[in-house]
Amino acid sequence: MSSAIPYTVEARPDTGLNNVKLGIWLFLASEVMLFGALFASYILLRVGAPTWPLGAEILNVPLATANTVVLITSSVTMVMAWASLMRRSFGKYRLYMGATVGLGFVFLIIKYIEYSSKFEHHLLPSTSTFLAIYFTLTGLHALHVIGGMAVNAYFLLPGAKMWKTDPQQFTNRVETAGLFWHFVDLVWIFLFPVLYLL
Amino acid sequence: MSREHADHEIDVDKHVRTYIIVFVSLMALTLVTVAVAYLHLPTPAAIGVALLIATVKGSLVACYFMHLISERKLIYAVLAFTVFFFLAVLLGPLVTNLDEITT
Repeated sequence: MSSAIPYTVEARPDTGLNNVKLGIWLFLASEVMLFGALFASYILLRVGAPTWPLGAEILNVPLATANTVVLITSSVTMVMAWASLMRRSFGKYRLYMGATVGLGFVFLIIKYIEYSSKFEHHLLPSTSTFLAIYFTLTGLHALHVIGGMAVNAYFLLPGAKMWKTDPQQFTNRVETAGLFWHFVDLVWIFLFPVLYLL
Repeated sequence: MSREHADHEIDVDKHVRTYIIVFVSLMALTLVTVAVAYLHLPTPAAIGVALLIATVKGSLVACYFMHLISERKLIYAVLAFTVFFFLAVLLGPLVTNLDEITT
């Protein structure tokens, strides 16, 4: 089965990479441009505005700090999940991957608490330009968290069957899912100071 | 266990030690980011410091968790293009607006 699509594990002679690795990086490049366009919008909206609120006066910095810690921790558990497969320890993989998905849930729950407290105070995307770009950026980021969690949950449960039939390709898949997950973490590392602290 | 397999495991062990060091650094830098915010620096300095720390954190994630520190040339080429266009998108519109910056 795995021979049906070439270069899923072994490197192509011309690129020196397997196609999966090149594919995910090209996708991440397009993601950089997607978020880049929105960061550019943020800058233009901010420099064009007569006044701009300090994020900390409207948003909840302790909750966002907690979410930063949660997401960074989930990046470590993700990379440890991959390292466990490299060490052929499937039990530990399950543990680390489970923690990664769990931490994703924690991130979304904290985000939900943040959003609902904003809505309760009638702070909506239509309230101000700042809140509009805040909800757009964090909303798009949260969608990425959900997407990453769906992939990770697949590799935690049904997709993990592949470990028995083709452990090398499965390890590759987890590494690739990890690249996406780390990217989501990386975006948050910039979103957090830009929206909450400046 | 074959010798190759044993070498491979030692390699992963080295990786894992790096991940732990990076994790601790990221946590420390998160604390620094928040602490600096409470110093209430003037806006340009605050933006500079916050973006500098975020860039260091982002680089740590990209280099070590995403293994960019030891990646193939083609990936670097793809990313060089990405960085160029990212900066173009970010700074291009801004330079047309320099006179109007107030906040």
